[in-house]
This record gives sequence, structure tokens and C-alpha cells, in this order.
Amino acid sequence: MLHTFVAYVEDLPGVLTRVASLFRRLNININSLTVGRSERVGLSRLTLVCEASSEAGNRIRASLFKLENVVDVDDIAKDPAVTRELALIKVAATPSNRSQIFDLVEVFRARIVDLTSESLMIEMTGVESKIEGLIEVLREDEGRILEICRSGKMTMRRGRHISSVLKAMGAAPDEVAEPDADAAETVEEIIPTEPE
Amino acid sequence: MGTIDQTLAANAHLITPTRLTGAEIVWATLVGEGVKDVFGYPGGAILPVYDALRKFPIHHVLVRHEQGASHMADGYARASGKVGVAIATSGPGATNLVTGVATAMLDSIPIVCITGNVSSKILGTDAFQEVDITGITLPVTKHNFLVNRAEDIAPAIRSAFQIAVSGRPGPVLVDITKDAQQGTAIFDFAAAKPRPYRPHPMLRVEDSGLAQAAELIRNAKRPIILAGHGVSESGAMEQVRTLAERAQIPVALTLLGLGNFPASHPLNMGMMGMHGEAWVNHAIQEADLLIACGMRFDDRVTGSTSTYSLKSKKIHIEVDPAEVNKNIKIDVALIGDLREVLEQLLPRVSSRDGADWIKTIETSKGAVAVRDIKNLPDSGHLYAAHVIHDIWRITGGNAIVVTDVGQHQMWEAQYFHHEHPRSLITSGGLGTMGFALPAAIGAKFACPGKEVWVVAGDGGFQMTAAELSTIVQEAIKINIAIINNGFLGMVRQWQQFFYESNYEATPLVSPDFVKLADAHGIAGRAVHTRAEVVDAVAEARSAPGTFLLNFLVEKEESVYPMIPAGSALHEMIRRPVKDPLVESPDDK
Ligand SMILES: Cc1ncc(C[n+]2csc(CCOP(=O)(O)OP(=O)(O)O)c2C)c(N)n1
Repeated sequence: MLHTFVAYVEDLPGVLTRVASLFRRLNININSLTVGRSERVGLSRLTLVCEASSEAGNRIRASLFKLENVVDVDDIAKDPAVTRELALIKVAATPSNRSQIFDLVEVFRARIVDLTSESLMIEMTGVESKIEGLIEVLREDEGRILEICRSGKMTMRRGRHISSVLKAMGAAPDEVAEPDADAAETVEEIIPTEPE
Repeated sequence: MGTIDQTLAANAHLITPTRLTGAEIVWATLVGEGVKDVFGYPGGAILPVYDALRKFPIHHVLVRHEQGASHMADGYARASGKVGVAIATSGPGATNLVTGVATAMLDSIPIVCITGNVSSKILGTDAFQEVDITGITLPVTKHNFLVNRAEDIAPAIRSAFQIAVSGRPGPVLVDITKDAQQGTAIFDFAAAKPRPYRPHPMLRVEDSGLAQAAELIRNAKRPIILAGHGVSESGAMEQVRTLAERAQIPVALTLLGLGNFPASHPLNMGMMGMHGEAWVNHAIQEADLLIACGMRFDDRVTGSTSTYSLKSKKIHIEVDPAEVNKNIKIDVALIGDLREVLEQLLPRVSSRDGADWIKTIETSKGAVAVRDIKNLPDSGHLYAAHVIHDIWRITGGNAIVVTDVGQHQMWEAQYFHHEHPRSLITSGGLGTMGFALPAAIGAKFACPGKEVWVVAGDGGFQMTAAELSTIVQEAIKINIAIINNGFLGMVRQWQQFFYESNYEATPLVSPDFVKLADAHGIAGRAVHTRAEVVDAVAEARSAPGTFLLNFLVEKEESVYPMIPAGSALHEMIRRPVKDPLVESPDDK
């Protein structure tokens, strides 16, 4: 099954190697990995997607936690979450056949972010399947796609959720004070939003 | 060790923040962590550290190969429970440590290795003797540090000590660039204290789990406690014993668990697994409840997992959440420090009658039990089993035995009855040949008052025999028993059983070990017959210095019983019946 791990890791040299090495050792291919700053100073947040057996999920999470620089790990394969990916796609387009692509971009709710006499660049944010849909349509014209750059998945649980680990660490410096002490904090109490 | 001046100066540094060189900070921090002895080997990239040693009250043991340094640190840690420290230079010095680091990793042994590296300005340039040792050791350390500033040295070393001993222990490596050693910083020991230890967030001992475990114990008809290395790591010997005695549950031990439950205890069944007693493995297959305490269902213990103890419920008490449900499906997981968990569990366990099950196990010992090794007539041959058995008898079991890896290791486990934790030091997880001699040196430094025996094969002994010089230079006394069968015995046994006795690359020519010892200034004696064993062991013990016994044993003897790798636990290869030797001793 597809696992999606979200982890907070210390923003230090070599931390990514330690995380990646764990999957390498298990001979698990990492489908995608995105890393960037989080709401907490000194902590990066990563989303890692990989294919592994359902039993492996717990052990991978436990093993990730054993890494000194890993602060928190969440396995959100099945829980309600918002997932997005960003893609930049460069396609060959001349003034004479551009308009066809403009239409496509409109339909997929993507954007044109660069335009030259020979090419244009499309930026698209969305779930994986939508990005794949756009790429598929563009591929119908052979030789049209010049470059694709995809960010990999980013995932965030829906609703107000905080792990016990992050909770124990206290609020992030710029996190606003809780308006209501009894506010829903568990996955169960999350307000359902429209699925993708 | 160290002079009073050194000690006073070092203690002053610990209290008053002082500007020191990075090299001095290394030693000052080690002093602060309570280190008395370190095992190491110098070289260019660690020379500033060596130069600063004279100012500090720490004894440095010069090894003959850096693998020896990491094994000595390991033996030191296993014997004492304290962190062992190894030091090496960059490049080849650092890579030579790796086998010892991996050995410590697989057996969860707390050691700290300090390596020098080239200056930070030329890191990554393939400079002379530069190697990416943090990269190399990443999968075989619990954690490692690359330090390139003097001010980061003390915090890194202090964290290393904390990480090495906390939770499930393990090795930590601190790689320090030469410019960091040469630079200066304010040494503030207190301020370098690591952040509080963060327990693994998936530790979980719930009331419901404890209740379930107690319920399973209450209703079990055929329960067994499986006790492993975690028992001594967590200091839970008393708690395991209380559980066993109160609920009358027999105890089986892993190789690294030997000594964690007294061999002489009536509830002690003996060792489980590949070369475990037949009745122990049969009992595990028949059990209706396994209570695994600080053990990880290693493949050498389970045999085939798909046929492992299918009739039993399993309770797993374990400090590492990644071990639970890894190899064997668990019914009740109590994930936490073994001693703490047992202390919570014991009040819920009441006394129980286990007589029927214990009797069943006793009966299953059958013929094995009556063919006692002591009663066999002397056939003129020398068997390793007799040697080990006699060492056990003569020392009264009151020795630290450090084994190498192979047949002799298994015979030690079978014929030396360990009463106390930390009395058997052996490489279980990695199975590292060459471990015994250096690890014994480390153990002797940890416990100078204890009698230390090396039990090694002729093959493994030669892998690290250079450390004989270290013994002489340090003027320490250990006793060395080489079980010399002229073969890489354990591999020969596999060839005999599984490769049609095609003895490829296992017959082994060795030097005359007594002469080799003599060349080092170490006394020794060759032993050819069973009749000489007692006298030889006594001579070694009473000799003032290290003494080497070269036991020329039967060449093609095998370890029985044996579960072929990947077979079911009950599918054992038994000793052919016409053979005069018993397959297991029963004379505890
Ligand atoms: C470093 C290393 N290399 C190879 C092995 C594989 N191996 C396991 S046991 C063994 C034979 C050991 O022979 P010896 O030291 O003579 O001991 P014996 O089995 O005869 O008691 C070998 C080669 C190992 N465990 N460690």
C-alpha cells in the first residue's frame, strides 16, 4: 500500500540522508519527498510517499522516531488529509498553436507563468491525478512537452490536529493562543470537508 | 589513573568555564563523563588530541589494530554497563573501527568512538586519509556527529554519551576535524549538557495491556518466559525472577541472555534457538504462552517464523517499538523499559501452580538428561565440551568468559553455566570473529578484580592475535583458551551437514600458539588429552600473568543439536546415537 509519512526533522546537515538511508536499507523506493521549513524554528517538515506493506508502516514510523534528529512522525495514509503537488511543465508552442494550450490550461485551472515565441511554461497545483491528467493530454501531441518538474506530494491533515509530541513541545512561537481550550484536537472531531 | 595534579586541574575545568583547545575539550569532557580508560590508536588527524592527553587523568590503552579498540570499548561496556570509549585517526583508522562499531550496534552496546578527520576547509576533497566516516557508519551507529568547531565538541560528546546509554543502547561516533581540535573555545561542562532525553514516543504500557497480560498468565497451562539481553540492560533480573517464581514459569534464555537468570535455578531451562537444548525448543513449540522479556525474536532464536510456536499467545515486553511485531506477531505488546513494565505487571500476577508443565518439560529431557557428560569414560580424545565444562567447574563459574564466534562459542553457551549477568561476553548479533581477545582486554579494564577467560577458535583468534602485545604492554592478566580443531569449525560443520562434507577453505594451518605467546612474553601450554585439562586450567589461573592454553581438540566434532537455518524450531539435527558424547549437559 501507499504510505504517506509526514515528519518534523531538525534542520541540520545530513538529516535527510539519515531519513533516506532507512528506506534504502529496506530496499523501499521513495516515490516522492518534499522538504521545507515548518511553523517551528529549526524544524523542517517533510512529506515522504512510498510503497510498502501495510504492516511495514508501523515499523517504519517506529524506526524513523529512533533517528535522533527526527522529532515527530505521522503516518497519514488513511486519515482525511489535503494533498497537493506542484508541477511546472514547459511545452513547445508557437504563436500559431498557443491558443489550444491556453484552452487546456483554462480547463485544468492551471496558469501560464512564462511565454516565449517557442515555448510556454504551465504551473499547476493539485492532486496527483489532476496533474497527471494534464500531462496526459499534453502528451497527445508528440514532442510538445519539453520539461516537467514536479514537487512531489505535500500533505496536511484536515481540521485541527496536533500530535502528542508537538503538543508536548508547546506552541510554535508564532502560533496563536488557543481560542477555546476544549477545541477539537483529535482526528475524530475534525470537521469534514469536501473530498477531492 | 593520572596524577593528582592532572585530576585537580581536570576537575577545576569541570567547575569553572575555561578557554581550552578543542583537543583539551575532548579529554576534559571525557573526564566529566566519568571516563577512566580509553582504547585507541594515534595518527595525524587525531594528533592534537593525543598531544593534550598528558594533562588529563585518563589512561590510554594502545591497541594493535583499531578493530581492537572498538571491541575493547565494547567488552568494557558489556562487563561494566558503562560506556566504553575508542579513539582512532581519520581514514584507515576510522574504517578499521567499523567492524567493532557494527558489533556493538547489533548487540545494543553503549560505546562512544572518537575519530579525527581532516581540517574542515578540505572536507570532501579526498584529502590525504580523508574518509566520510559519518557516512560509512550511519547505518551501524545509533547516531553520529561530524564536528568542525571547537565549541561544538563538548556538546557533541556529551550528547553521544547520553544517546549511547539511553533507551535501547548503542554505539555513537563523534568525528572531529583537525582544525576543531586545534581551535579554542570556552569549555563549559554544565552548559554542554544535552537536552533532556526524549523517550521514544511510541512507548506504550497501557492498563488494558497489563490486565490482558496478567489474564494470559493466569490462564496459561504451558507458559514460558523468554529472557534476553534486555534483562541485564534494564537491570530487571530480580523482576524476571520474581515473575518466574511466583507464577512458576520456566525460563528459556537467548545467547545474550545467558547469566540473566541463574543457570542453577530450578526454573532455568537453558538456551533456546539454533543450538539450544532440544527440550527448550520443543517446549517453545508446545507452549501456550510466551512472555518475551527484552529479546527480539532473532532468526537464530525462532528458526522459521511461519512455524514458530504456533499454539502460543505472545506477550512482548520490549523497549524498542520497532522490534514489536517485526518477526513474530504479538498478542500483547508492553512497550517500555523491562524493569518498569515488570514492576507494574507483578502486582497483578498471583501465584500459580506450574508443576504439570514443568514435569512435562523435565520428562522431555529424556535420554539426554541421563547421558551426563561427567559420567562418560575418557576415550583418550579431547572434546571442547570437556574443556569448557572443566573451566566452568574449576572457576566455580565465577569468571567473565569472553568468546569468539563459532563452534566453541556454542559449546561455551552449552557447557559453562552462567549464574550472573555480564559473565558471558559474546558477539551474538553480528557474530564477529576476532572479538574475543580484544573484548576480554576491555572487560579486564572494566573489572580488574575479576578472573577473565578468553575462549576462542584457532580461526578467530588469529584475526586479532596482535592484541597479545597490548596485553603485555598493559601488563594485565587474562587466561586464554584456544579451542584448536584445525578447522574453521562452524563453517566446516555447515559444509558437513549441508554441502556434502566439501571442506572448501575451512582446513586451517595455524602457528604454534604456545610459541606465538612465548614470542610475546606470554606463558602457555598445549593440552592434548582430557586428563591434562584440570591441571592446565589450574596452571593458567595461578600464573602471575596472562596464560595461553592451546587445546588440541577433536577435529571434526559438531555442535548438537542444530536447527538448520530457516527450519522449524523442532526440526533439529541430533547427534547420531552411536556417538559416545551426549548432546547436552545436565549437571548444573
Ligand atoms: C569476521 C568473520 N568472518 C567470517 C565469519 C564466518 N564464520 C562463522 S564461524 C566461522 C568459523 C570459526 O572458526 P574458528 O575460529 O576456528 O572457531 P570454531 O568454529 O572452530 O570453534 C566462520 C568463518 C564470521 N563469523 N566472522
